[in-house]
Amino acid sequence: MEGHLNLTLKIWRQKNANTAGKFETYQVSGISTDMSFLEMIDVLNNRLIQEGDDPVAFDHDCREGICGMCSMYINGRPHGPNRGVTTCQLHMRSFQDGETITVEPWRASAFPVIKDLVVNRSSFDRIIAAGGFISVNTGNAQDANNLPIAKDDADEAFAAAACIGCGACVAACKNASAMLFTSAKISQLALLPQGKAEASKRAQAMVAQMDEEGFGACSNTGACEAECPKGISLENIARMNREYFSATFSSK
Amino acid sequence: MTKLDAKIPEGNLAEKWTKFRSSVSLVNPANKRSLEIIVVGSGLAGASAAASLAELGYKVKVFCFQDSPRRAHSIAAQGGINAAKNYQNDGDSVYRLFYDTIKGGDYRAREANVHRLAEVSGSIIDQCVAQGVPFAREYGGLLSNRSFGGTQVQRTFYAAGQTGQQLLLGAYSALQRQVGMGNVKLYTRHEMLDVVTIDGKARGIIARDSVTGALERHFGHAVLLCTGGYGNVFYLSTNAMGSNVTAAWKAHKKGAFFANPCYTQIHPTCIPVSGDHQSKLTLMSESLRNDGRIWVPKKQNDTRKANEIAEDERDYYLERRYPAFGNLVPRDIASRAAKERCDAGYGVGASKMAVYLDYAAAIIRYGKGEANKNNMHNPSDDEIQAMGKAVVKEKYGNLFDMYKQITGEDPYEVPMRIYPAVHYTMGGLWVDYNLMTTVPGLYALGEANFSDHGANRLGASALMQGLADGYFVIPYTIGAYLASEIRTPAMSTDSEDFVAAEKAVRERLETLMNIKGNKPVDYFHKRLGKIMWDECGMARSEEGLKASIKEIQALQKEFWSDVKIPGEIDNLNPELEKAGRVADFLELGELMCIDALDRNESCGGHFRTEYQTEDGEALRDDENYAYVAAWEFAGPSKFNLHKEELKYENIKIAQRSYK
Repeated sequence: MEGHLNLTLKIWRQKNANTAGKFETYQVSGISTDMSFLEMIDVLNNRLIQEGDDPVAFDHDCREGICGMCSMYINGRPHGPNRGVTTCQLHMRSFQDGETITVEPWRASAFPVIKDLVVNRSSFDRIIAAGGFISVNTGNAQDANNLPIAKDDADEAFAAAACIGCGACVAACKNASAMLFTSAKISQLALLPQGKAEASKRAQAMVAQMDEEGFGACSNTGACEAECPKGISLENIARMNREYFSATFSSK
Repeated sequence: MTKLDAKIPEGNLAEKWTKFRSSVSLVNPANKRSLEIIVVGSGLAGASAAASLAELGYKVKVFCFQDSPRRAHSIAAQGGINAAKNYQNDGDSVYRLFYDTIKGGDYRAREANVHRLAEVSGSIIDQCVAQGVPFAREYGGLLSNRSFGGTQVQRTFYAAGQTGQQLLLGAYSALQRQVGMGNVKLYTRHEMLDVVTIDGKARGIIARDSVTGALERHFGHAVLLCTGGYGNVFYLSTNAMGSNVTAAWKAHKKGAFFANPCYTQIHPTCIPVSGDHQSKLTLMSESLRNDGRIWVPKKQNDTRKANEIAEDERDYYLERRYPAFGNLVPRDIASRAAKERCDAGYGVGASKMAVYLDYAAAIIRYGKGEANKNNMHNPSDDEIQAMGKAVVKEKYGNLFDMYKQITGEDPYEVPMRIYPAVHYTMGGLWVDYNLMTTVPGLYALGEANFSDHGANRLGASALMQGLADGYFVIPYTIGAYLASEIRTPAMSTDSEDFVAAEKAVRERLETLMNIKGNKPVDYFHKRLGKIMWDECGMARSEEGLKASIKEIQALQKEFWSDVKIPGEIDNLNPELEKAGRVADFLELGELMCIDALDRNESCGGHFRTEYQTEDGEALRDDENYAYVAAWEFAGPSKFNLHKEELKYENIKIAQRSYK
């Protein structure tokens, strides 16, 4: 039910990629518990504009948990305290009156800060461009039902494909590894018969690109899975490793 | 008045597209390599067009304002995509999909375009499956289907409640493949701020790099706008925060006619507004109307909880009014019916501006079905509930979770509260059969054009249209233009026209920054949204529209003298971006009201209170208004009307009935 909160916000402010950043402290009051976290930041920003200050820059777009654009590191956790939600779906009813909330950008060398809470995640696009696809030009497809796919495989592929590319897995990982993101796409396509033809090449190319972007290695801590807003499973990493090693051993 | 030439091919409706494809001019592979195409927007239409054109050999540049093409708002489409596959053996066909779409659009769409859409719909599913899109499947391994509004067959393909996401990621992967191969150059965090025309033809764009603020000039032999709809003119809508009309509006000001701007889709099943702080509205997929039942109490101002209201005290008003289609009537009809009940005092929830969408009956039905399948002869109520909820969770789990997250209520236990919200815009840039606007070389695809949905779009048809335009229409139709451009070398962007266009964009940005007024951009956007929702939303009247036009004009003046934009022009500045978009919405809003005022009839999503039947249905005037209203920009607050007459040669035009 509706209530109102007074909060202290410690927010990372950084003018651009070339300047050092620091935390600034702000007070906000009368925050409705029905607001989303981003709507609370909207309230702060409109006040900052009125006061002649630069509002906090942050990435957001769909505000319904699917575009993967929002990316706040809240009280030491990507997307805040609740499991299975993005920052835009986090509501203020999850916080207590009088609380101090710390907000930072994703931290990873492969995600450089652009301004305040906005980071550059184009490394993810390059990993997909390296091999996260099935090579089928428009117009080449056979009738969709000519290729029955066992429901369990289709469901598992869907679960991996549900990744929204937000980067919470990288932000959560002490090594800033992109294994969960990369493995989700490799898994999705490896589970489907359409993806088999180039499975080996795909695994090698995507892993190579991941390394080139400067993402760290995986040490099986599982923070990525715990913090993933879409519940992408660690099993995908195991499957990626199988795909990768079998590709490496069988490569000519 | 110019005559609009839609360039519809001659011949029988069912043969037009086939004949066109076999006779349209071709561009040979060597020439394709020297032809450059700019694609603005990376949603279903933009990503599929860019990938397909690059596969053909054209040099493509893709621009999007988000940080990655995968974020475009197609990603948020939930329910599904239609295709006339007839996999369910329930009587579907290309003609039936065509007919349903024309009828659903209340006889205000162009026959030839809609038939083509129905023809290519099956190939879209084939293409997506080949790309690895994980559609829902049955145990036999074949694709699963469900129903959507305005149809009596099951032709909707889906991937849980995330169909748009899966289709977009498919198109995005095809796009990224071309990026990796060097055939597409990607410009993310770039916003198109003008079209450059040279000698009357579109030859490029001016784009702003959002990170550095730098303005860039880009040349293209053709420019494709795949920039989505303009629902955010209402401030609150189911669109993403960044969805905007700017690219289309700039094109309009450079000569592209804007068609049927007043045709707006208000979606019946959205989570109701909770307070003034609200920044956007969230859709609950139309697929929920497959199994959910919509009702309000029979008693006015009933303050009891939903579960305390007995079955015979509930009014399942859609089932009562429309027995043939029941809860699956088209969106415009379901939305108006909800508004009618709430306005009459039967609404529920704290605001009384909501109706119930109830899954209790579906849970029991599915629970009993599972018991039957598992040979359980005397299942307990708890067992039925548990099994039923499991089935509902599999079908709609992510939607139920989203509802709970936003409202704090559990829809497995209490009915959802829903209310209509702005969702989609059928209007858009006028295009001919080839998807070209009235500016040669400038195309509009997907929601950005006006062509296929008439005055109301059927559910699961937006994804179909976006992908049809990108994968299967533009790769053919663009040849009709580019075949005559093979002798045009790539042009320098240092020419007078490019320089002048960039200068105009820079001056506008500087003007905005220098206003240094007192009110943030959102203040103006909210006020515009309220005017539009109250007077150009679900019900419109002559009086209200006339007053709104004056109010909007006054608001435009206030905006340009009192908006306050913080930050710098040459740095990431979201408020500056927003200001430019709201300035365009302020002009578009005015045109929407002008269009709504001009159309003295009710059709689809356009409901003029003066024109309704005795039982409150939309009353069309086919004699006087069976046309597309294509508006030409003729200076500030001045728009000239051009009409494209709609001819129905294959469908008997009739009063739409879902009873």
